[in-house]
Amino acid sequence: MPYKIVASQCTGCSACEPECPNKAIFEKEGIFLIDPKKCTECIGFFDEPQCVAVCPVDKTCIVDKSLPRYQR
Amino acid sequence: MEALMEAKQGVSERFSKLKGLAIAVKPPPHQGCGSSGGSGKSSCGSSAGSGDLPPDVWEKVKNHPCYSEEAHHHYARMHVAVAPACNIQCNYCNRKYDCANESRPGVVSERLTPEQAARKVLAVASEIPQMTVLGIAGPGDPLANPDKTFGTFDRVFKAAPDIKLCLSTNGLALPDHVARIKDFKVDHVTITINMIDPEVGARIYPWVFFRHKRYVGKDAAKLLSERQLEGLEMLTQAGILCKVNSVMIPGINDDHLVEVNKAVKSRGAFLHNIMPLISAPEHGTVFGLAGQRGPTAQELKALQDKCEGEMNMMRHCRQCRADAVGLLGEDRGAEFTTERIESMEIQYDAGKRQSYRDSVEVERSARRAAREQELLTLAGENSNRKILLAVATKGGGKVNEHFGHAKEFQIYEMSTAGAKFVGHRRVDLYCQGGYGEEDALAGVIRAINDCVAVLVAKIGACPKEELRKAGIEPIDQYAYGYIETSAISYYRGYLERLKSGAVADVERGDAVIRQGAFVEVGAPAGQAA
Repeated sequence: MPYKIVASQCTGCSACEPECPNKAIFEKEGIFLIDPKKCTECIGFFDEPQCVAVCPVDKTCIVDKSLPRYQR
Repeated sequence: MEALMEAKQGVSERFSKLKGLAIAVKPPPHQGCGSSGGSGKSSCGSSAGSGDLPPDVWEKVKNHPCYSEEAHHHYARMHVAVAPACNIQCNYCNRKYDCANESRPGVVSERLTPEQAARKVLAVASEIPQMTVLGIAGPGDPLANPDKTFGTFDRVFKAAPDIKLCLSTNGLALPDHVARIKDFKVDHVTITINMIDPEVGARIYPWVFFRHKRYVGKDAAKLLSERQLEGLEMLTQAGILCKVNSVMIPGINDDHLVEVNKAVKSRGAFLHNIMPLISAPEHGTVFGLAGQRGPTAQELKALQDKCEGEMNMMRHCRQCRADAVGLLGEDRGAEFTTERIESMEIQYDAGKRQSYRDSVEVERSARRAAREQELLTLAGENSNRKILLAVATKGGGKVNEHFGHAKEFQIYEMSTAGAKFVGHRRVDLYCQGGYGEEDALAGVIRAINDCVAVLVAKIGACPKEELRKAGIEPIDQYAYGYIETSAISYYRGYLERLKSGAVADVERGDAVIRQGAFVEVGAPAGQAA
């Protein structure tokens, strides 16, 4: 399952964008989105998902349960 | 609020100068910086004049409103909000809505690209010749957005080399960027240091994000503190002037800030700015929601006085937004929207700006001379009585604001050593017409309640009466005069009246530090009450 950003929570601060090892995060109309096709949950890169770790608002970068788990 | 770094060239020479400076700010040969008074200089460190600082340091600070109290009456700064990302979380900040202490951006104000920011700087510099300083202070941490921050500096430096560059950082990323800071000739850096003890830090910072990992609790605070102090030392060695900001949080770090003061002084910080916590539930911050209070005016002043013997204290900070424009205490940001700037024809004229600064220097010398002259009249006085005066001013070092138009009052402590700037008090506009006027007047009185008198250019009969009832003398006889000269004259008369028994010698009470952001002119009255 890739991560997604809860639009109503996003402040548009951009902190997550450069941290993503997959360049999966992009801006659209002032807030940020994650491309689920690119997200690897940071598996193979870091111990914790970088967007979650750097986001200033809790529960904003969350697992998208509507999609299947990321497979290596 | 954040940023900084270093390089090796010329380090030893600059370092020795800085070491000299650290010695120079120690009390013994009194530099006009101590609270003990007696030298006849009006105020200190930040407010010190050319005679109090090494010439190279004076050259750096004399036109910088945030580093020189005297300069802040004459020169303006601007911030550009190019750095939205942050790498730490503070309990006094809420990124979801706004940032009470450093700014109010996040979702609210517009973020600028480096290109837009540079254009805005040139537009403002062309219209406001007083503007001498460009700072990047967020809304996040400038060094958590290094490409945007340095991209902006690069453009401004090339187009307008007379504008001083500075930045303000939480310090976490600072050691990684000192070399670049030096390369860009950023010669003023502010680090926000609220603690040196991880136990204290754990109550202020829930987490920091460093090298791909989130740290929490004492580990986070320890890491942050180490990086801050390391960065400060690197700046000092690189010959970059460093100011330390500290947020005073009663019950958490208020006593501890004396230790912080010693620690930063020993590492070569030039100036210490202790600011009151801004905290209200509507800010949505952890502190605001928990009911954590900020200090009173006298609590803040007592801590600043306590640290002052150790190093220069800044007392004229307005805790401005990350996109503020204008003299400290005013914000002309609304005049420079992106839309307007896009359509402006910008004519940057360095010569015109220089001649403006020359005229300011003439005015400044006249003001200084008038102050020295007036000070002589206190020569025979030996009273220990100190009083506080509130002054309504809109800049230029003069008593030139109408009581009802004042958005803040500047506070001067009067003694036989002269007039010393000790702070300012923000107020809601009293004279907005109609609704809420009485509440606003009561708010003004609470804000300057520790003052004996208020010096204004003009004041109506009704507020005059209310001020008198509250024991604050409204004074308009010095309208448009220089602040210090007027204040000394008033004080001399006050001492005479004390001797003759015409005024009673009563202690004033405490005063309230107003919470929340400025009310913009034209905003509905009561919005920020």
